[in-house]
Amino acid sequence: MREEGRPISAATDAETTGGSGGLEVRGLRVTTRTGVPVVDGVDLTVPARTVLGLVGESGSGKTTVGTALLGGTRRGLRVAAGSVLIDGTDVTRLDETQLRRWRGSRVSYVPQDPTTALDPAMRVGRQVREVLDCHDYGSGPDERAARVREAFEEVGLPGDEAFAARYPHQLSGGQQQRVCIATAFATWPSLVVLDEPTTGLDVTTQSLVLGTVRQLTQRHGCAALYISHDLAVVSEISDAVAVLYAGSVVEQAPTAELVHRPRHPYTARLVAAVPDLDGRRALRGIPGGAPSPSGRPDGCRFAPRCALVVDECTTELPALREVAQDHLARCIRSAEVTAAEVGDRRRQHAGPGDVLLSVEDLSARYGVVQVLRGLSLRVPRGACVALLGESGSGKTTLARTIAGLHTEASGTLRLGDEVLPFGAHARSRGTRAAVAYIFQNPYSSLNPRRTVGESVGRPLRVLRDVRGDELERRVGEMLERVYLPARYAGRFPDQLSGGERQRVAVARALIAEPELLVCDEITSALDVSVQANIVGLIEEFRRDLGLTLLFVTHDIALVRNVAQQVAVLQQGSIVEDASTDELFEHPSHDYTRELLETTPRLAT
Amino acid sequence: MSGAPPLGGGGPSVDPGTADLAPGLLRRSWAVGRTKVGLALTLLVVAVAVVGPFVAPESETGFVGLANVRDAPGTLFGTDNIGRDVWSRFLYGGISLLWLSALCTIIGVGSGLLVALLAGYSRTWVDEVLMRTTDVFLAFPAIVLALLFLAVFQPQPWTVVLTVAAGHAPRVARVMRAAVLDVAGRDYVRSAESMGLRRWPIRLGDLLPNVTGPLMVESGLRLTYSVGLVAGLGFLGLSGLEADQADWGQMINENRVAFEVQPWAVLLPVVAIGLLTVGTNLVADGIARAAAGTDREVAE
Repeated sequence: MREEGRPISAATDAETTGGSGGLEVRGLRVTTRTGVPVVDGVDLTVPARTVLGLVGESGSGKTTVGTALLGGTRRGLRVAAGSVLIDGTDVTRLDETQLRRWRGSRVSYVPQDPTTALDPAMRVGRQVREVLDCHDYGSGPDERAARVREAFEEVGLPGDEAFAARYPHQLSGGQQQRVCIATAFATWPSLVVLDEPTTGLDVTTQSLVLGTVRQLTQRHGCAALYISHDLAVVSEISDAVAVLYAGSVVEQAPTAELVHRPRHPYTARLVAAVPDLDGRRALRGIPGGAPSPSGRPDGCRFAPRCALVVDECTTELPALREVAQDHLARCIRSAEVTAAEVGDRRRQHAGPGDVLLSVEDLSARYGVVQVLRGLSLRVPRGACVALLGESGSGKTTLARTIAGLHTEASGTLRLGDEVLPFGAHARSRGTRAAVAYIFQNPYSSLNPRRTVGESVGRPLRVLRDVRGDELERRVGEMLERVYLPARYAGRFPDQLSGGERQRVAVARALIAEPELLVCDEITSALDVSVQANIVGLIEEFRRDLGLTLLFVTHDIALVRNVAQQVAVLQQGSIVEDASTDELFEHPSHDYTRELLETTPRLAT
Repeated sequence: MSGAPPLGGGGPSVDPGTADLAPGLLRRSWAVGRTKVGLALTLLVVAVAVVGPFVAPESETGFVGLANVRDAPGTLFGTDNIGRDVWSRFLYGGISLLWLSALCTIIGVGSGLLVALLAGYSRTWVDEVLMRTTDVFLAFPAIVLALLFLAVFQPQPWTVVLTVAAGHAPRVARVMRAAVLDVAGRDYVRSAESMGLRRWPIRLGDLLPNVTGPLMVESGLRLTYSVGLVAGLGFLGLSGLEADQADWGQMINENRVAFEVQPWAVLLPVVAIGLLTVGTNLVADGIARAAAGTDREVAE
């Protein structure tokens, strides 16, 4: 440690309660201007040298908490009550000038997306230097230049001039994020807030970045708050985890304790919704959805979705109380909460079915860029085949070519005995109906100007000539089969949550009764609890209707839970193609092994 | 319930691209203060132009006194350059400007939109040809093009309309093609393609309904420019109307020489045209702000 290296003299007249180090949040409440609480009753303690994970689903308020720690709020929100003590100073009481001195020096922030956080027109060395200049770091230019080099080396980047002279677009995503981290740690802050810093990265890069953050908090003796929706990632890096639900902390405990002995029903369900890489427990979603800030129920906010609910839960909001040492839970029945059962490993076998889809020597390109290089693949009827690969491996191109959405290709596609031409226009109406496609992002796959009913009914109208009352009836039935009320047919997509939208997309894909369903990363834009529900839904259709699935994903843990057969795609070629059990027990390709090693597991 | 953001994070990641696609754009536009002011100004001028001919005290062309008298007896705003009643001329003279500008806007925006839908969703040489052609048109200022046209063809109301509309079309096409391109890249368009739908059903069913936000902004803007151009051509005596017909643009031209002795004959149409352009521009701006979500409060 170089205590003397800390140059900051952010002398403030704000209330000081003695420098205990670390972060302490007491009764934080952030409301809209009209008084609706977005975040309410948040208490967090992060001692120096530790990482606290803050886990929550979309809309739980985790980013609002994160920005409040920097003394800010989003437009339209304000801090209504509570205190945020960093090294004993209450950030909520600082004025704008003091805050400006505070941010970047005592507390810093690592954003989710480095591509938008870095200035594309500024060399990366200059960007790190900027924060040092801004806070008058050290004694002069030489010391600052030395600190820039050091900061790069700390995050595992080259400290030489050549690297510092690069522009962000000349770096990979992982390197960009490490530049952001270097900037955050450059001034030896007391607290670093990391808001989903690895969400956009591949798992191998993610594991490097997580290691770097871990190491830096130790070296710098600072506290870190790691915000994420992904419990597995959080458990990898954090000493303790706080779970945020509908704007308040429902449980906080040391990581292993929280994962293995959750004392709040929501945490228990959240753990069960995380795909298990070792395949020891079944994937289970959480029914229902989280309430919006203005629609939160009285009493315990999880009560409407809770299996342990009693009358008392709905009348009064339970207090966050200590249920074991260092273990806080906001539940009156916390003693009865059971951890997700760990059962026998589920075995995944492909049935003996004939081949429905066969891909032979398929190559595809975008202009001059070759994306797929002569790959072959067989998908047995009634099975789920996972196509596993990281971004840029060509998995989406393969999926689109099969669905007739990409035509710059050569090779042979066969569905049963029939040869499929490239391009949907060239295919017969029957084959177009036989292959359905679900898109990654339910926020852009539904036309915002069409009602749910119009979108779902469209394939039936176009491909099967169903019209009028018959169409309406079948749309209603289909919506109910994906567990949505039939009256949703009259709604517009923006009235639906992300999970509901993806159900609508599933309904649209299945209404014309396809044989093959191509799922392109269909859960990557969704929360884990919703992911488990959607995956369960798809699996149900496969089992009951004999639907064949091609499941494209980058998530190897998910693969273990959904697929019977796995094809691993790397740089446009299939490098490994095996049954799921075999792949996980005896991975033969280096890339597969690396994935298995670097993918975060829930703390063991 | 408002749409939750796609990934993790709270609300700041609201997709800006979908902001203009949500239904209720008109309602949200109304909530923007400037829309109300703009609409009030526009309606005021439109009311004067529409109701004016019915309440005018004198006829459009009759002589009521000596020329250029500011306080001629029996008149509200005096007489014009050849002794006609200024107030009556003003009340008669708005309607021609209004319908000419409206027609210019409809035809100009309509044809521009057509080009945009064709070019923005063809992904072939058609796009190149159409857009390079519009580039050629964009190289000339609208007024120069209009004068050239009107020098070749006799100024008639319909040639004026076509001329001004032809000036709008390439500009509208540019803007709307960008909007169409953005929507064409969305997954619901791919979904329609995977069902084997042809291009025109996709253009009309998926693309057009999702570019209405920018389309409305563009229409408001083009209406403003139309008013300016048509009035300007009127001022140059090229509006194609009968020589003695009342027209705000023409009135300014007829009376500008005597501005110092009889300013009303110039001021009235100038103020009316000014209010109309400012009003339509404010409405267009209000819609644009609502579409971009600039004034939006945080989602509840």
